[in-house]
Amino acid sequence: MTGRVEGAALLEVRGLTKSFGAITAVRDVDLVVGPGERVGLVGPNGAGKTTLFNCICGQTQADAGTVVFRGIDLGSKPTFERARLGIGRTFQRVEVFPELTVAEHLMVAERARRGDGRLWKDLLGRSALSAQESARVEAMLVLVGLDGLANVPVAALGLGTCRLVELARALIGEPVLLLADEPSSGLDAHETAELASVLRRVSGEHEMAVLLVEHDLGLVARVAERTVVMDVGGVIANGTFDAVMADQRVRHAYLGKSA
Amino acid sequence: MGQFLSYAIPGIPYGCTFAIVAVGLVLTYQATGVFNFAFGAQAYVSAYVYALLTEHGMNRFGAFAVSVLLLAPLLGLLFDRLLFSRIARANVTAKIVSALGLFVGLPSLLAVVFGSATRYAPPSVLFNPATVYFHVGSTPINGIELATVIVTVVVVVALMVLLRYTAYGLKMRAAVESGRLLELDGVNASAVVSSAWMISSLLAGLAGVLLAPQYPTVSSNTYAVLLVAAIAAAALGALRSIPLALVGGIALGVVEGLASGYFAPGSILHTGLLPAIPFLALVFLLLFLPGMRSLDEPNDPLSSVDPPIPPSITTTRSRDIDRVVRVGRWALAIFFVFSVLTWVPGNWVFTLSTGIALSTIFLSITLITGMGGQLSLCQATFAGIGAFAAGQLALHAGLPILLGAVTGALLAAVIGAVAALPALRLRGLPLALLTLSFALLADYVAFPPSWAGGPVTGLNVPRPQIGPINFATSSTRAFFLLALVMLVLASTVVLLIQRGTLGRFLGAMRGSPVGAASIGINLSWTKVLLFALSAGLAGLGGAVYGSLQQVVTPVDFNYEFSLIFVVVVVTTGVNTVEGAIQAGIGFVVIQQLLSYLPGRAGSGSLTVLLFALGALTYARHPEGVVEYQKRIWTERFEGLFDRRNPQGQGELALPGGSPGGAS
Ligand SMILES: Nc1ncnc2c1ncn2[C@@H]1O[C@H](COP(=O)(O)OP(=O)(O)OP(=O)(O)O)[C@@H](O)[C@H]1O
Ligand SMILES: [Mg+2]
Repeated sequence: MTGRVEGAALLEVRGLTKSFGAITAVRDVDLVVGPGERVGLVGPNGAGKTTLFNCICGQTQADAGTVVFRGIDLGSKPTFERARLGIGRTFQRVEVFPELTVAEHLMVAERARRGDGRLWKDLLGRSALSAQESARVEAMLVLVGLDGLANVPVAALGLGTCRLVELARALIGEPVLLLADEPSSGLDAHETAELASVLRRVSGEHEMAVLLVEHDLGLVARVAERTVVMDVGGVIANGTFDAVMADQRVRHAYLGKSA
Repeated sequence: MGQFLSYAIPGIPYGCTFAIVAVGLVLTYQATGVFNFAFGAQAYVSAYVYALLTEHGMNRFGAFAVSVLLLAPLLGLLFDRLLFSRIARANVTAKIVSALGLFVGLPSLLAVVFGSATRYAPPSVLFNPATVYFHVGSTPINGIELATVIVTVVVVVALMVLLRYTAYGLKMRAAVESGRLLELDGVNASAVVSSAWMISSLLAGLAGVLLAPQYPTVSSNTYAVLLVAAIAAAALGALRSIPLALVGGIALGVVEGLASGYFAPGSILHTGLLPAIPFLALVFLLLFLPGMRSLDEPNDPLSSVDPPIPPSITTTRSRDIDRVVRVGRWALAIFFVFSVLTWVPGNWVFTLSTGIALSTIFLSITLITGMGGQLSLCQATFAGIGAFAAGQLALHAGLPILLGAVTGALLAAVIGAVAALPALRLRGLPLALLTLSFALLADYVAFPPSWAGGPVTGLNVPRPQIGPINFATSSTRAFFLLALVMLVLASTVVLLIQRGTLGRFLGAMRGSPVGAASIGINLSWTKVLLFALSAGLAGLGGAVYGSLQQVVTPVDFNYEFSLIFVVVVVTTGVNTVEGAIQAGIGFVVIQQLLSYLPGRAGSGSLTVLLFALGALTYARHPEGVVEYQKRIWTERFEGLFDRRNPQGQGELALPGGSPGGAS
């Protein structure tokens, strides 16, 4: 990935606000993520984490505030352009393509990111997977542990596996920033441990920043270098995992909600 | 002011009929999640039966009781019990397709049962149509107008009382306000739903009978317009509010009244814009009312994830059977072509050529609906654009017809791309409604001028001349071959797309637009491309069809055909190229065979009825009932020989393999 000024933030969210009718889901949020940095984003249900993700990736248009990514003000850029700039994403409510196989998910992602997939190539019968592409697809399948399921239509897979498909689909686009929304729900303890190591490894090897929304605080502690806590739309704490967990307001937000 | 009122006041009773149907639409949509396209047809049924009974000397009150009070609610109950209650969990497309099946099936059923004789305007139920009862200001009020307003007031008051003051009404209101959540509360939802169906069907029947005396004949087209006007009225309240639906209906009637008064008779405004007002109103509301745009967004907590369409049998059957089928299919195709070229009688050659041309048009539905997941209800319009462009270019510019056909296809593609622009943010029901409005706009505005749809006697679309072969004078067999070449070309394009990257992008878009955008797929561009390609295919097929028929008129490509085409293709299988070809050939062959039956009904109606019945099974067999049967039979056959294909065979099957592809 080119043109990154050393030391500058990768993602810089300023004053982001988004309301749905009377509910202000995200309220004046500031958030900075550095290149290759892994940040946990936690908070009780309804804190606005998913809405914040939606605003960053362009699925929802914020009411106010700016999102600057790699020095570019994303403004009202559509989602697909943001994806091509290097924002990858997984979803809390899985958004897989039921009729496509696992391998097709990766192939589609691989080509979409490059803006490849020209009609004339299809019409000339030149859309078969190149050797290089197959190698990448296979490697990614092995990385997330989906090898063996390549030709299975995703509709036949369980929720946990679908999450891995989503993760692989996001990772194969070589994002500079991965937004992962509760990737561990539906995974067992072993798979969650695998997930943590995959995230750390890819992040380390490709200098991919991660913004990880998780209710499994153990996973956050293992993956994140820094943790941000949100409650009722605003950021209430920011620091190392242990530090934020000791914060009075954070304890109050969690206990106050779940008691 | 006096003039204004004299134009506006007659619009009120007219608008009342829209309002009545609109209220019914809101009631069923909210209570059941079904958007009932068939209300137009149901109104037609009641009007038709009312006209039939009075024609046979029945007292008009008796006829009214039978056709509206008895038949209409009964139909509603039947639709609910036999069809819609069984598909309550199905996806939007399945519900729309089922309602469309009824929409095209009901008029056909009437034609089959009662023959295709014209039914003339029946007498008004309450008053004498010709008598002026009194004046409002200086505006005379005749019997029909008086009856319509009185009935509407009575109905609305009765409905309000029912909804507001009875226990049943409370449940119904709960259903209307919180939709299917009602079920969670343990109320006996199905009884509430059934009564919602009966009441709204009664309303449709009522509107039908009230409207019937105002037109010279009882025609299903009148009721299609009534339906769209009612949809526009209901759209004002985003299909959620009964009072707004009422206001919308009456407002639309008044606007039409004013327009018909102020637009000079015979002017382009009067002939072109006036009939288009309901369609334009609907298009406007779809595009600018956020509540309409977001109709299908998954805010229904009870809506389920669609079960995936089973893979085409071509991908799962055992290799032996696959080989047999492949060889068999080639043999059949060769035998078929050879037969048509040699011994098949001339009228059958013509029929089969028509089927081939239709197949090309149907491929456009495979592309846009099967692969793209977008339900478009204006594919016949695009076919018409191709045919008219080819004919007009031949007539005015002397362009050879083959070149004209290509130009027509390109023009259709361009118009398809333009039509996709407003459709970009819509999918599901709003998109279906938008494309239906396009089809009706074309029928009423774009096609009638003679520079477009040709003179009233029909537009000549010549047969081609290639080198020494003149397809006009040589036998139809030659033309058959030409049409076949076009079909093979079109099929190849669709297959290549299906097996290529675009096919996978479309699969992604169909599965999850949000997910597709998140990996960098440009949804807008993909959709524009999809519409353009699909419209282009339809245009090509239309031009071939036109050249075969040699004379075409706008009626050949009206909205009804758009609906029928969809119904036919989903019956055989909307996901495969094979399905489109079977649909084209099957449609004409069945029609031709049925024409040998003795009977007074047109074989066309019977054929449409058959396919409409097929469409009603769409929710259960989204792969198409014919495709479904193929799978069942193949599996039985395999069971017989115990040759099931072991799962998980094969290596990494990537592009080049064919998901759901047929060859
Ligand atoms: N499309 C929407 N329309 C209306 N309200 C919404 C919408 N999306 C989110 N909200 C509301 O905004 C608030 C924040 O929701 P969001 O999904 O962002 O929270 P979250 O932190 O991701 O919660 P969870 O941990 O449950 O996923 C909630 O009150 C939610 O109800
Ligand atoms: Mg969330």
